Amino acid sequence: MHRELRIDDPDAFYERLIELHANRSAADSQLINAKLILMMANEIGDRGVLDELLRALQDDSSKDASG
Amino acid sequence: MPEKYSDIGQARGAGRESRRTFAFVRPPQLGSSKVAHYPVVIAGGGPIGLATAAFLGKAGIKSVVLEKHNSVSDGSRAICWAKRTLEILDRLGIGDHLLDKGVTWNTGKVYFRDSRDPVYAFDLLADKEQKYPAFVNLQQYFVEEYLLELLAEQEFSEVRWQQELVALESSDSEVVVTVDTPDGRYRLSCDYLIAADGHRSPVRAMMGLDFEGRVFEDNFLIADVRMKAGFPVERRFWFDPPFNRGQTALLHKQAADVWRIDFQLGRDIDRDTVLDEKNVDAKIRAFLGPDVDFDYEWVSLYTFHCRRMKQFVHDRVIFVGDSAHLVSPFGARGANGGLQDVDNLVWKLDLLMQKLAPADILKSYDEERIYGADENIMNSTRSTDFISPKSEISKAFRDAALELARDYPFARAIVNSGRLSVPCVLDESRLMTADEDDFTDTMRPGSPCMDAPLSCGGEPAWLLEHLGERFVGLYFSDSETPIPDAARGLELGGIPVDTVTVAASGQDDGEMCDENGNAYLHYDASPGTYYLIRPDQHVAGRWRQFDASRVADALARATCQTT
Ligand SMILES: Cc1cc2nc3c(=O)[nH]c(=O)nc-3n(C[C@H](O)[C@H](O)[C@H](O)COP(=O)(O)OP(=O)(O)OC[C@H]3O[C@@H](n4cnc5c(N)ncnc54)[C@H](O)[C@@H]3O)c2cc1C
Repeated sequence: MHRELRIDDPDAFYERLIELHANRSAADSQLINAKLILMMANEIGDRGVLDELLRALQDDSSKDASG
Repeated sequence: MPEKYSDIGQARGAGRESRRTFAFVRPPQLGSSKVAHYPVVIAGGGPIGLATAAFLGKAGIKSVVLEKHNSVSDGSRAICWAKRTLEILDRLGIGDHLLDKGVTWNTGKVYFRDSRDPVYAFDLLADKEQKYPAFVNLQQYFVEEYLLELLAEQEFSEVRWQQELVALESSDSEVVVTVDTPDGRYRLSCDYLIAADGHRSPVRAMMGLDFEGRVFEDNFLIADVRMKAGFPVERRFWFDPPFNRGQTALLHKQAADVWRIDFQLGRDIDRDTVLDEKNVDAKIRAFLGPDVDFDYEWVSLYTFHCRRMKQFVHDRVIFVGDSAHLVSPFGARGANGGLQDVDNLVWKLDLLMQKLAPADILKSYDEERIYGADENIMNSTRSTDFISPKSEISKAFRDAALELARDYPFARAIVNSGRLSVPCVLDESRLMTADEDDFTDTMRPGSPCMDAPLSCGGEPAWLLEHLGERFVGLYFSDSETPIPDAARGLELGGIPVDTVTVAASGQDDGEMCDENGNAYLHYDASPGTYYLIRPDQHVAGRWRQFDASRVADALARATCQTT
């Protein structure tokens, strides 16, 4: 898993990402996000990496919940 | 006399004492039917108008500054002066005043929610071998005072206090302005009118011109307070802190124990309630705790705008600074951007007035500074959208980036608490000559020159001190590659190119020497490398070897002599 920045011009990317959601309802936004995650997962492809990402966030949220 | 900027804030106590006022002096033209003519009239004595007068004076061009108020900036307003600004002001001889009086900083820290540890810290000065730091914090009124002292010593410019430009007529050959004073009205004519009259620009309104862009609905409360506090000299920014829940806050040190505290307030607020001293007190107490003694210097409430005029040049009327473009303050790009306007404009105006360049050169001011303004607006808009997310989903992404930032360095690059002013690289300018030879990108044509420590006849010196105010051919030499004779005394249609040579380390030839190799490194130089540098210290072209005809072409392009 990469922790260091790999995205070229991250500010421009972030701007586009927020633009993607402009003028959408919350439900619509959530659906778009779900699609985006699935597309990005397919782009990554490697199950090992995907599992590692999922594990990272599983730990992350359980940490939050416990305190 | 209305308070300067009473529309956006109120200065109290200590702030007022530190502000100098200037008396109205009856101008000789008042009561005379003759219209006196000046090469340049500048509307507005803010930092940008004053700097314009100073640079024009340095070029030997006479100007009159009309300022409707009787004082320098009431509150601090701008506090962060960027490295490029310091380098520009250094050429006026006041860069070190800012450095001495102000507070130097290079680091910023970002905090999130209740944690006392920052989620991350950043350093804005990658290369420490520079004359000036990334930023100096200093109240705007001090900078204006330094500029005024400078103008008082110059014979070329005159600042006329309490004199307001109230009407103008522009023709093919001149601009005639009507000036209102406490003793009545008079008229002046000029070749060029520089509108440095701020974001509400009456000149812009008189000409019926546009000012387009976005207005953000969020409100921010600024309190500049005087206190003895041991906080570190850093830019500290909080997202969602306990003392301003759901909003942001900023703390920044200025000179003379003044601190800027900036609270985000949200969208729907009542102006009077927020500005009630009791409520301001409570907010500041929640932040500083009960024991800190403080006094107000300036309190102000503001919303953000990111706008610009479609064009900055309208025949003989030229807009500079906030009158031409306005940004939200989080990137400190307002005055810093305005000074780059001045730097870009003055040498072009000088060549034009000497008839050494065609009128087209003013169009290049428009192109280059609109490019710069758009870059500033883009960065300020992005920061504002991050700080003040407009939707639930935008806030979710923002919080996600902040939550990830501690453990995942990539997310730190997404967190945006302000992309602080860096000088504009004029990448798309038609005045630049593209590389034909092989070079790294760092100092590509369009870039403002980067500083480097040198030795000059054995004494320490800085490269930038040897550039500016004229075209320079910067030649990198060594003992086998001395500067060719043809590179000296170069001139094109009356425009001279001065040469500055930098000898490689260990090859000191009595001129300048790059002992520790910084200049060679930054400029990707090899012996024989030649850079053509504009009067505003931007690179116009560069070659591995000096070639008189290629340099002449580039100089013609840089001064709009080619079509
Ligand atoms: C809260 C805040 C924080 C900021 N922080 C920063 C920062 O950290 N760094 C930064 O670079 N910038 C910052 N800025 C922006 C900066 O203050 C402005 O960009 C800067 O003042 C613009 O200078 P100016 O000379 O163009 O205009 P102004 O400073 O507005 O000056 C215009 C002048 O024109 C005069 N005038 C107006 N109409 C007339 C007329 N008809 N006749 C004669 N005179 C007239 C006015 O009285 C005024 O003196 C900040 C601004 C604010 C509000």
